[in-house]
Amino acid sequence: MIDLGFGPDEVAAIHLSLKVAICATLAALPPGIAVALALARGRFWGRDLLNGIVHLPLILPPVVTGYGLLLLMGRQGWVGKPLSSLGIVFAFNWTGAALAAGVMGFPLMVRAIRLSIEAVDRRLEQAAGTLGAPPLWVFATVTLPLMLPGVLAGSVLAFAKALGEFGATITFVSNIPGRTQTLSGAIYAYTQSPGGDAGALRLVAVSVALSLAALLLSEALARGVSRRISGLP
Amino acid sequence: MTAAASLDLDVALRQGAFTLEAQVTAGAGLTVLFGQSGSGKSTLIDLVAGLKRPSRGRIAVGGVLLVDTDAGLWLPPHRRRVGYVFQEARLLPHLTVRQNLLYGRWFARRHLTDDAPTLESVADLLGIAPLLARRPAGLSGGEKARVALGRALLAAPRILLMDEPLAALDEGRKAEILPYLERLRDTVGLPILYVTHAVAEVARLATTVVMMDQGRVRAVGAPSTLWSRPDLMDLTGGTEAGSLLDAVVGGRTGDGLIRLDTPAGPILVPHLPAHLTAGARTRLRIPARDVLLSDRPPQGLSALNVLPGVVTDVREDADGSSVVRLDCVGAPVLARVTRTSAATLAIAPGQPLWAIVKAVALDQGG
Repeated sequence: MIDLGFGPDEVAAIHLSLKVAICATLAALPPGIAVALALARGRFWGRDLLNGIVHLPLILPPVVTGYGLLLLMGRQGWVGKPLSSLGIVFAFNWTGAALAAGVMGFPLMVRAIRLSIEAVDRRLEQAAGTLGAPPLWVFATVTLPLMLPGVLAGSVLAFAKALGEFGATITFVSNIPGRTQTLSGAIYAYTQSPGGDAGALRLVAVSVALSLAALLLSEALARGVSRRISGLP
Repeated sequence: MTAAASLDLDVALRQGAFTLEAQVTAGAGLTVLFGQSGSGKSTLIDLVAGLKRPSRGRIAVGGVLLVDTDAGLWLPPHRRRVGYVFQEARLLPHLTVRQNLLYGRWFARRHLTDDAPTLESVADLLGIAPLLARRPAGLSGGEKARVALGRALLAAPRILLMDEPLAALDEGRKAEILPYLERLRDTVGLPILYVTHAVAEVARLATTVVMMDQGRVRAVGAPSTLWSRPDLMDLTGGTEAGSLLDAVVGGRTGDGLIRLDTPAGPILVPHLPAHLTAGARTRLRIPARDVLLSDRPPQGLSALNVLPGVVTDVREDADGSSVVRLDCVGAPVLARVTRTSAATLAIAPGQPLWAIVKAVALDQGG
């Protein structure tokens, strides 16, 4: 990375934040689409319950979500223990930071995708069906392309949320420089130490720049996609 | 037809307060499902396409069973091979016209015969070759309708289902599509089930008409037969009331007019569509509002066509006019007159009258 006067821990934090946010978004995407589909189209018992559970991270204090993750996915957790025997460890690891970020961004992603699914004209899917296309093919060639703007919007929201996640991450994986310390964690650490203002400001600038870049990129992508869909220049 | 009927269905469906119970057997050519909105005609074609499920019954197309509730058989829409042309075209907005046309091609590949229509032949037949690279959003209503039709044809269907394909178009666009539908009916040899409530489309396109009323089939038959039956007046009447006459194109008169021989007598017209040559069969629609009545042979009139007949029936409409039915040598001709005129002429069954035909609509009748 170009030397802008960043210390090694700062570079590590920027690097980790990007890695965590990208992995969290990509990993959340398949279940996000599946859950959004179930909520938008499904007619099953417990749909409202699923909706509530998906939205929990949005309304709970992040500390509670982080603590929940610790209980569930920690080394001694109900799910974490069997997983760690397989060599998959979330606790005090960057993967844990990605998990926490993914969980926190999940409701935002599902919301955006669900709205875009509900906007897809089901009569177009019917038409594709009468032309001989089986349901999975219809989903891949009609539903998915038409809901793409929502998938993009949801991904950007989840990415931005992951980039800035703090409470659940610090509760679940702590704030270990070079290991689990993301941008937010590093800024927090600076504000807690005397004379850390300059460092905090540097990282704040990076944080603002990254979020803004993600937003602009998504706007450009969304424009391209909706132009493709509407077919208008 | 030597093979099984192109469509054979006997179904019942209950949807809230609405009950549909219909038995229809259709042969080759274009079968119109005719009726007012709410009569169940669109529901019936959705049942054939598999977009709705009957409570009980069976549906067979071209001898292939699609639905048989007794045997627990219900084929999903994508396995029925029906070409469905929707009223709103329903083109896929993210694909080009070419991709839309070829969308069903992959799934039809096993059913393609050597004489199956190709992209090129369909594009030519429907005049959409110049549009192939465009996207649906940039097309006019008439262009969309033609692409939707082509897309259904290229999927190698067993039957073509059309749900009021012209209803959303203005008169100009309708006139643009109708010749393609006629060509389709006459050249492709594919059975067509066509939903409409427009008499003009019946007159122009129908081989057979299935008349639907409140979820039931009221009558089945040739258009000219059904439109001459007094007991169906409540469906064939209304503001669009008129008579349908089968006609054969005769020779040219000395004045350059063309004579059409109908059961009611000869009708002279100034010109004909190019494809109607001497000896061709066609169908005339005479709107009741375009017929005047006279109680003596009219003289000194500019009208060309005067048909003598005997009053068989007078029916008063809600709007203050009367529809008079004349028997003209066995063929029915309807005239709409005001109630005042009916009183002045003292029109009553059995009375001889002369029908003065102001205008006829000419349609190729297959």
